[in-house]
Amino acid sequence: MAYGTAGSAAVPMLLNSDSKADFFIHSYHEFRLFGGPVVSINTTMVTTVIVCLFILALILIARHEIMKDYDEPNLVQNLAEMLVESLDGIVNSNMGKHAKPYINYVEMLMIFILFSNISGLFGLRPPTADFATTFGLAFITFILIEVAWVKSNGIRFVKDLFEPLPIFFPVNVISEFSTPVSMSLRLFGNVMAGTIMMALWYALMPWFAKIGLPSFLHGYFDLFSGVIQTYVFGMLTMVFITDRYPD
Amino acid sequence: MSQITNEGLVAACSCIGAGLALIAGIGPGVGQGIAAGYGASAVGRNPGARGDITSTMLLGQAVAETTGLYGLVIGLILLFANPLIGRFS
Repeated sequence: MAYGTAGSAAVPMLLNSDSKADFFIHSYHEFRLFGGPVVSINTTMVTTVIVCLFILALILIARHEIMKDYDEPNLVQNLAEMLVESLDGIVNSNMGKHAKPYINYVEMLMIFILFSNISGLFGLRPPTADFATTFGLAFITFILIEVAWVKSNGIRFVKDLFEPLPIFFPVNVISEFSTPVSMSLRLFGNVMAGTIMMALWYALMPWFAKIGLPSFLHGYFDLFSGVIQTYVFGMLTMVFITDRYPD
Repeated sequence: MSQITNEGLVAACSCIGAGLALIAGIGPGVGQGIAAGYGASAVGRNPGARGDITSTMLLGQAVAETTGLYGLVIGLILLFANPLIGRFS
């Protein structure tokens, strides 16, 4: 959304050019990929890398602490085990006996989306406030759903497309492809709405409204909404995948 | 009044359209309210199942929210990434 706002056809309608409300994706560096198409390093890529490095640092710290003295669990090990066990509980209670191939994917997905959503608290533009990120995640889920369908039903999945009547074939195909679109738009819309609200508040309010009050807004838009959307995205992934298995 | 350019007309109509698109927020509001009401009455009847009821209610509310977010996305596109502006200038 809003690629290339500076000097292009996008209209700064509500926000005039000297307004400080900034929730757009900026392009930091543009170059030609092998002399071909123009590729730009933008805000989303930078913040995605930052979030991933943060998660990686947490994992390395946890590993270091666990390896240090394995027999006496310390605080970091307890926290890491608590996180993993709660995520395992969510996945196992929702997917049952089909959990094994998907448990790593779903847990990593939820951790990435959670840290992406709450990165707005630390001044970053959340990576999930870009439709490219959320559609990428939802497309991986879509591929997993279809693979689960084909694996569990074999060639009979073609017959399911013609249920309950053959005339419903286009409707069934459209409803298949609407799954990733609706999942990605749900996550993108929620995070983007929070980002816009925070940017507008910081840009348009007088100075005394920026002391203390934004913490409540951050608590709602970043923490509460982010955690709920993380839960919903992971939950829908699990539900859609489990639905494809006949038993 | 006779000085309205094509671009200005498209911009004005896009603003009105963004406002109209946000009417889509009515439906999810009603739906989420109904879901929360039934969730509250279910907790009142069976307080032991509070956790399951809450998670089911939140999942249903998030799914019901989708149509409102479609309207929000349409409004955002009309305001900040308008595809019509460049066509008439």
